[in-house]
Amino acid sequence: MFAYVLRRLIYAVPILIGVNLLTFVLFFVVNSPDDMARMHLGARHASAEGIERWKAERGYDKPTFWNAQADGAGRLTETVFFDKSLRMFAFDFGRADDGRDIGREIRDRMGPSLAIALPTFLLGLLVSVSFALLLVFFRATYLDFWGVVICVAMMSISSLFYIIGGQWLVSKVWALVPISGYAPGLDAARFLVLPVLISVLAGVGSSVRWYRTIFLEEISRDYVRTARAKGLSELAVLFRHVLKNAMIPILTGVVVVIPLLFMGSLLVESFFGIPGLGSYTIDAINAQDFAVVRAMVFIGSVLYIVGLILTDISYTLVDPRVRLE
Amino acid sequence: MARVAITTEPRPQHEPAPPLLAVSGLRVRIRTRDALLTPVAGVDFTLHGGETLALLGESGCGKSMTALAIARLLPDSAGLEAQALQLGGEDLLACSEAAMRAVRGGRIGMVFQEPGTSLNPVMTVHAQIAEVLARHRALRGAAARAEARRLLEAVGIADAGRRLDDYPFQFSGGMKQRVMIAMALAGDPELLIADEPTTALDVTIQVQVLDLLARLQAERGMGMLLITHDLGVVARMAHRVGVMYAGELVESAPRADFFAAPLHPYARKLFAALPDAAQRERPLDALGGSVPGLDQAFAGCRFAGRCPQVMALCRTQAPAWQQRGTRAVRCHLYADNASAAVLASALPAPFPPATPGTPQAVLSVRDLQVHFPVRKGLLRRAVGQVRAVDGVSLDLHRGRTLALVGESGCGKTTVGKALLQLIAANAGSVRLDGEELAGRTAAQLLPMRRAMQMVFQDPFASLNPRMSIGAIIEEGMQALGVGADDGERRRRADALLERIGLSAAMRNRYPHEFSGGQRQRIAIARALAVSPRVLVCDEPTSALDVSVQAQLLNLMRELQREMGLAYLFITHNLAVVEYLADEVAVMYLGRIVESGSAAQVLGAPAHPYTRMLRAAIPRIDAAAPAPATAAPAAELPSALAPPSGCHFHPRCPHADELCRRSYPPPRALAGGHLLHCHHPLGAEAPRA
Repeated sequence: MFAYVLRRLIYAVPILIGVNLLTFVLFFVVNSPDDMARMHLGARHASAEGIERWKAERGYDKPTFWNAQADGAGRLTETVFFDKSLRMFAFDFGRADDGRDIGREIRDRMGPSLAIALPTFLLGLLVSVSFALLLVFFRATYLDFWGVVICVAMMSISSLFYIIGGQWLVSKVWALVPISGYAPGLDAARFLVLPVLISVLAGVGSSVRWYRTIFLEEISRDYVRTARAKGLSELAVLFRHVLKNAMIPILTGVVVVIPLLFMGSLLVESFFGIPGLGSYTIDAINAQDFAVVRAMVFIGSVLYIVGLILTDISYTLVDPRVRLE
Repeated sequence: MARVAITTEPRPQHEPAPPLLAVSGLRVRIRTRDALLTPVAGVDFTLHGGETLALLGESGCGKSMTALAIARLLPDSAGLEAQALQLGGEDLLACSEAAMRAVRGGRIGMVFQEPGTSLNPVMTVHAQIAEVLARHRALRGAAARAEARRLLEAVGIADAGRRLDDYPFQFSGGMKQRVMIAMALAGDPELLIADEPTTALDVTIQVQVLDLLARLQAERGMGMLLITHDLGVVARMAHRVGVMYAGELVESAPRADFFAAPLHPYARKLFAALPDAAQRERPLDALGGSVPGLDQAFAGCRFAGRCPQVMALCRTQAPAWQQRGTRAVRCHLYADNASAAVLASALPAPFPPATPGTPQAVLSVRDLQVHFPVRKGLLRRAVGQVRAVDGVSLDLHRGRTLALVGESGCGKTTVGKALLQLIAANAGSVRLDGEELAGRTAAQLLPMRRAMQMVFQDPFASLNPRMSIGAIIEEGMQALGVGADDGERRRRADALLERIGLSAAMRNRYPHEFSGGQRQRIAIARALAVSPRVLVCDEPTSALDVSVQAQLLNLMRELQREMGLAYLFITHNLAVVEYLADEVAVMYLGRIVESGSAAQVLGAPAHPYTRMLRAAIPRIDAAAPAPATAAPAAELPSALAPPSGCHFHPRCPHADELCRRSYPPPRALAGGHLLHCHHPLGAEAPRA
């Protein structure tokens, strides 16, 4: 298994180089530093010197890929590509347009993001699996039928509705928790309850329906008939036999997103004023701060690759037939 | 988990012991979206302790439904009713669901058909057995482990203590079925229901499992309800036989009487449809049509539509049970005490004699090798290889059939695919009419694809479910440029549909609208559409019932005579080979160990492996009450690490030092009979 993980990590290197190159081309060639400077300074104030000064302050005045004036290794390192793109492999993301260190900002904002994303993920999984099992236990009854109808209705409603509706009802009408904001430490709890509940609610419809389908598929298999022929109760059949086998397909979809939890949620964080990575990204997009957006794209790819490797490893935990080699 | 206590009334001493299982008027109804099906329509039987009752019939006759109904394990959509359903005098219909759970796995053990899917893949064997022990015998912890181990030993699993913690996928098919049996026995059942317990297994393994079941039954005095479509299995196992047709029992008889002379025309037709060497010269006496749909109300005898001796009465009045000594039959032919000897049916006319002449080779294969690399480590380097096909030579002749025989895993399917260049061979030559095919590119192979076609094993999986059968048949013609235009291809497809016994009007239907036998006919029509000279048939009948198999074999022989086709018939079913093949090649772990004419190889087998295969076929012989043949030893070894010397030596009764050391060189016997064996068996070939 060690060799397998190592090989997968080696495979990840060319993928990350590709991602790196592609984002660089997107951000610097399609949208040159001159364009960026003009955008930031505003078309009216963009004199030629102003643009040059803006670029020099941020290190965009170097050649793109090849510095013919520098010596030795400097020909490669004294370039925009090396400074802005290759340094990301060492998790050195440089500074944002407002001069703050992006790496430090990311470390600070990871906590609040996780504080929302992790409870949402765990609670969502628990609720979805429980409801799906409940529907399967009462399969082919009215409870099952109406459960599915409700799921379809819930997944058809935009998450914006849940957010705004929840804020209006819980915070404004009932005045139970603050509408938005964040406080460090344990005080965070009262700010986090509502966004977590709303995120779970917004996602539960589609996952219940998906898990229910998986469970129903498993329940028609021969080994379930064998389990019943042993005289096991329906609950023992569901929990001991069906759940264990259904976890195999469920894990594929679930484990891969675990690392991405660090990235936070764009929508929920912005609406609830949580200083996490999601709102950081949204703010950077609004402010056209490409250094930040580029860093987030790169981190997203790294985390996704980690998620895929974790998925493979998790298979070996639930499915004895899978051995990584 | 909550345990349910069962309270059974102590039985008064003076009453005679009731039968172990008494079933009467058992009826199963399934409501589907648009029909009410009655897969079991009033079945009555009794079964005593220590007795084996075999329920015999083709698929769709309601055998499995009967078994599930007894354990009240029917699907949710099915309804169950019966006048009586009693296990040891206790009314199972009156049991609550909780009390029924104490019966299932406890007093009734069940073994299902497909051991590969019937065991939970993610639980260890120990966990799956321990579940039953905890539920029904309150054994836990070390006591359960010791008992699970004892059970595995009882079903013949070597090194049982260590294997307890293995998962099902670590066992071979036969071993999985043994685990399944151990699980069924864990609750100490009085009744064992075995639903096609050996259908998914190789013949050699089948004998082992059947013998195990018979031994365990005798030791424990269990009653056994054996469900099967295989007359050979019935002959080997049953004390009594019940023949089912379209949801009803139509005949019930002690084993010996049944095999001496079955009474019901359906049972007789089942015997007639069996292929064997004696029938070679004529078409099989196949039963036309198929089991009627179960959504209709039957006015008369359910078999009337297919019965060769149907009378006017049969269509209007359902026959009642007629007692004939120890047996009972549900047929109007036996209504009055008139002699039932009218039943001698004429055999089909023999084939016209084949035109003599030297057979003309169409396809010759020399020293074919297909190796699959085994990759390991960081860099996925090939660290070894599976020699799936390891030097195979064959000759196919125009208008003749070569059967390639062997257990699953011996490489016979790989040979078929490599012949058609569907997988690349590592070495060797494949010549079609003298032209070399090996090493050609896909474009160069295109003209050859017209000459060679393949029919696959599973007619359900090998036809595209989203294409109409007309389109399926025409697709190959289009791809290979057969026929001048769409109109001509259409006419050809229609003609083929008529030829295989369907009608041109069915061309727009989809595969799911056809039965298994019809689908296999469509698969043959698809292959024949491009007028091939060679047809590779990979187990084409192994998914079919005997009567349907007989229809298909007849069709294949007719087509061969008409078109001069050469067949490579890949199979593990020696009975079919005896009937169909002109030449036979026996394959073991990638190599051919014996080859020659059918009379030579099957009539006087010289290789111990061929003899083992032949002896493993359950024979239908009324005289012999119990099988005398010893079960073959062990299972097919892994092709990854074949045994040294002669690959067969670990299973061979005649092996000695020489066999362990060196692979036997080819040895030619009289008349082109070839074999690889250091100690060929003499001509005193015993007829099993």
